[in-house]
Amino acid sequence: MSTLTPDSTQPLIFELGQEGRANRYVEPGKPLDTFLPSSLLRSELPLPDNSELDVVRHFTKLSQRTFGIDLGFYPLGSCTMKYNPRVNDAMASLPQFRDLHPYTPDDMAQGALQVMYELERNLASLFGMAAFSLNPSAGAHAELAALLIAKKYFRDRGEVRRDKVIVPDTAHGTNPASAAMCGFKVISLPSDERGRVSVEEIKKVLGPDTAVCMMTNPNTLGLFEDHIHEITAAVHAAGGLMYYDGANANAIMGNVRPGDMGFDLMHLNLHKTFTIPHGGGGAGHGPIGVAAHLVDYLPTPLVVATPKALGESMGPPSDRLSFALDFDRPKSIGPMRSFWSNFAHAVRALAYIYSNGAEGLTKVSQLAVLNANYVRVKVSEFLEAPYPEICRHEFVVSAQALKKATGVKALDIAKALLDHGMMAPTVYFPLLVPECLMIEPTETESKETLDHFVEVLRGIVQTAQSDPQELFDAPVTTVVGRVDETRAARQPNLRWEAQRG
Amino acid sequence: MYTPHTERDIREMLEAIGVSSLDELLRVPADVALKAELDIVPALPEYQLARRFEHFARKNTGADAISFLGAGAYRHYVPPAIASLAMRGEFLTAYTPYQAEVSQGYLQAIYEWQSYICLLTGMDIANASVYDGATALAEGSIMAINANGRRKLLVSRAVDPNYRAVLGTYCDGLDVEIDEIPVRADGTTDLAALETAVASQAYAAVALQSPNFFGVVDCLSPAARHAVETSGTVPIAVISEALSLAALATPASWGAQIVVGEAQSFGVALAYGGPYVGFIASTEEHMRRIPGRLVGKSVDKEGRPAYVLTLQAREQHIRRERATSNICTNQAHCALIATMYLSLMGKTGLRDVAALNLERSREAATAVSSIDGIDLKFSAPFFNEFVIDVHQDTAPILAALKTRRILGGVDLGRFYPEYATCIVMAATELTTTADIAALVASLQEVVHVHAHAR
Amino acid sequence: MAQPADLLFSKEHEWVKIDGDVATVGITDYAQNSLGDIVYVELPKVGKKIDQFGNIGVVESVKAVSDLFTPIGGEVIEVNAGLDADPAAVNREPYGAGWLFKVKLADPSQKSNLLSPSDYEAIAVD
Repeated sequence: MSTLTPDSTQPLIFELGQEGRANRYVEPGKPLDTFLPSSLLRSELPLPDNSELDVVRHFTKLSQRTFGIDLGFYPLGSCTMKYNPRVNDAMASLPQFRDLHPYTPDDMAQGALQVMYELERNLASLFGMAAFSLNPSAGAHAELAALLIAKKYFRDRGEVRRDKVIVPDTAHGTNPASAAMCGFKVISLPSDERGRVSVEEIKKVLGPDTAVCMMTNPNTLGLFEDHIHEITAAVHAAGGLMYYDGANANAIMGNVRPGDMGFDLMHLNLHKTFTIPHGGGGAGHGPIGVAAHLVDYLPTPLVVATPKALGESMGPPSDRLSFALDFDRPKSIGPMRSFWSNFAHAVRALAYIYSNGAEGLTKVSQLAVLNANYVRVKVSEFLEAPYPEICRHEFVVSAQALKKATGVKALDIAKALLDHGMMAPTVYFPLLVPECLMIEPTETESKETLDHFVEVLRGIVQTAQSDPQELFDAPVTTVVGRVDETRAARQPNLRWEAQRG
Repeated sequence: MYTPHTERDIREMLEAIGVSSLDELLRVPADVALKAELDIVPALPEYQLARRFEHFARKNTGADAISFLGAGAYRHYVPPAIASLAMRGEFLTAYTPYQAEVSQGYLQAIYEWQSYICLLTGMDIANASVYDGATALAEGSIMAINANGRRKLLVSRAVDPNYRAVLGTYCDGLDVEIDEIPVRADGTTDLAALETAVASQAYAAVALQSPNFFGVVDCLSPAARHAVETSGTVPIAVISEALSLAALATPASWGAQIVVGEAQSFGVALAYGGPYVGFIASTEEHMRRIPGRLVGKSVDKEGRPAYVLTLQAREQHIRRERATSNICTNQAHCALIATMYLSLMGKTGLRDVAALNLERSREAATAVSSIDGIDLKFSAPFFNEFVIDVHQDTAPILAALKTRRILGGVDLGRFYPEYATCIVMAATELTTTADIAALVASLQEVVHVHAHAR
Repeated sequence: MAQPADLLFSKEHEWVKIDGDVATVGITDYAQNSLGDIVYVELPKVGKKIDQFGNIGVVESVKAVSDLFTPIGGEVIEVNAGLDADPAAVNREPYGAGWLFKVKLADPSQKSNLLSPSDYEAIAVD
């Protein structure tokens, strides 16, 4: 049964418009060769002219062909697709934030610097690190920064032999990729039968060539690494550094801190835990935090605060400080990006912290863990949970048995969910679990939504047994069905061309 | 607080799980348990939160000062239609379009972005965006290194110093050396030195920015292009003022094989430095080396046109340690904004805005350089930025302008000791004749005062 | 597909057919099946000298990337140029039209490091 809309093809913006159908946002300009010799100018600008109405219709229709958290449940494991509060966007859009140029002198940008300072201080306390830099643009970017810090730190200490990065086999794909970009070699650590990093296994690979061990806790199976303290102690004993992948930070706020677990470096994905909208895949924001001995290596610049001579003695403590960007940091790895931070996102994240306070953030993690366990217990009734124990904010189930019995794979389950107005969970990650579905409900979903999801999933598994073809055909209610990815890769069509159309 | 749980919900859920309290779900070993008291700002109800942030915002007195700041981030008119479209919840709250069937809108928008970048730069392929212009240069350089295996880079001194610094950070990780090409007296890159350097065949790539950090049009001459091509060095064009692509000859036309840059000028807010949006584009030869996400057009099983993320095997989540880059997130939402800007402006609007930028910057340059004691530093043609030499310490000049609520520009001495008495200034379509008059009047006063004070 | 009897195999799921001092190399049916739809093959350049079992290229499918290790050492004398336009040939005919490259043998005794069809069959299991 198909309910595809008749105009299921949306023309490209280049296929619309007429030359000269301009929107007069500015007055007409003089011919360009008035100002520059024509040898420096381009002869043609082959872009369409579209009326504002046509552009508005075009993008409005595109938005209607896009599924976001605002439309439905988004249980994408490892992505923390929680509600993005609108007040955060409203604050980020205040004109004095929006229009502030990065080269504005410090004394005329005190509000921006204070936001960055407060965010940095709050994150440092929340996660037990000595300091954070807001410089990196994303989690993977921060990981790279962390490995660059490790590389420089060991170079400064004359320990150039340290070239191995230890990564659990459940790690996110960016971990080994980042390591390679720093000239490190990756040692993959097999998880034990409990899905955790084994202390004995890691001790086998530790040595004088160990640079960094990269882990996340809870891990990507949603399980708390209960031997974490032994692991960090072992790595430190071998002279290595511990790096915490903060992708799963939503599970630990107010409960446990990476600094207390023994991590020397960490990153956060503000677009996961701190509600920065994912915006279709970015922009994110990935602050990097370090322990005291690594602060000097953080990317440049940092925000520094000094007490004001006189003036406000009322109000929050940070109002009594004056702020500046510090570029004079000789041991820093340097900047990771063109200006100081994804500042608009820093505003959003700080607004989220202000909405919650310590108690609120603690509650966030508690309820994220509650929601995940509730769904786990129910879903385990009809899909195999390879680790049937208390999980944190996410858990994995396997469709391997279903595949053997009916041919229906994790991918087919995912596609069937799309027909029910929900997003699919993460599939085929981590690679450790065959036909894996990783489910992270997040704390912003109500019990009714979770119950509905469980029932829909139960129905899909039943359909797998009675009429698997229905699932192989899914989705059928979306504007397009499954896309031919092989053709896309074999015959790459990556841009509109006038003659091709 | 955005958690909808009632007491009853929590009770029922705990029961279903088979535990008696939330604490049971969150047990941690004693050796890592949280003992310190958290130092977090107090929770505020939403109306008080708004007040707090308005308090922060008011302290940013630079936001509405008269501004001639450029140097990699540009003040341009952003039609309000963009915000109303881009902030639609579907666009704002969607994840990466891995499930293509429910992401056709975003995928198509990014395909359109890729297409716009190709049309603007003259390249064959563009990716779905990267963090910013600086990291785009780093990633583009890695592409060149992967192409010919050479582990040295040649970069013009006229490339944005922040970009060069970020490239340096990345190259420290990769153990790649960077050599610099000097700048000539007219503000352009020393092409003779460039030709000599590439002849050694030691460099993976040579990077030129046009317009460069001084605002000056700066590309390869036919002779330099020939030298670069015969030496097997990959020419990389760097664009930090994307609007210039609407007016100037394309990087393809002077031989660039990889074009990297910053598209902030296309409707993305200044926002004190970010988020912005970088682009990487290349000739077809480098397609498989392009990092990050790519959207391709294909068909679904019923033959309907359909968009999908493609060539993903190159990306980190499949290649892992063999990835050409570790990049994961792109800047999808900012790329969407840029696509909307380009669609609303169109060919005609972009041309008009470019023309106004050229006009106002010349107006400003002429007016400022006619002041006694101030000269235009570089003679080469410029786009919307230019450099003035005040022949004295720039700090008191800029400070005095600041007291008159004028942000006069960025002091070059901050990055270039050899230009310690110079300031780089930008003028765009938003710069008014009154702004220029105020600048000139203030400069006349302060230059006069400080010249006499010496 | 049973392994052709006149081929030798490597543990990395490549096959080699030796004809005098020229060897033709490809990937096995098991390999193409595991990889899925192949979209691109990166081959060594003609003239390049390669070592037995060296990492000399890449086979890219929609969902995975596999390093190509040469089962035999020598100098690359020919590559299958048709794969550029039709990488699917590797899926369709891994032992025929989907061949990858030809090598002039450096050391014929390297054959002894390879697996017979039946030995390979034993490891080509899921």
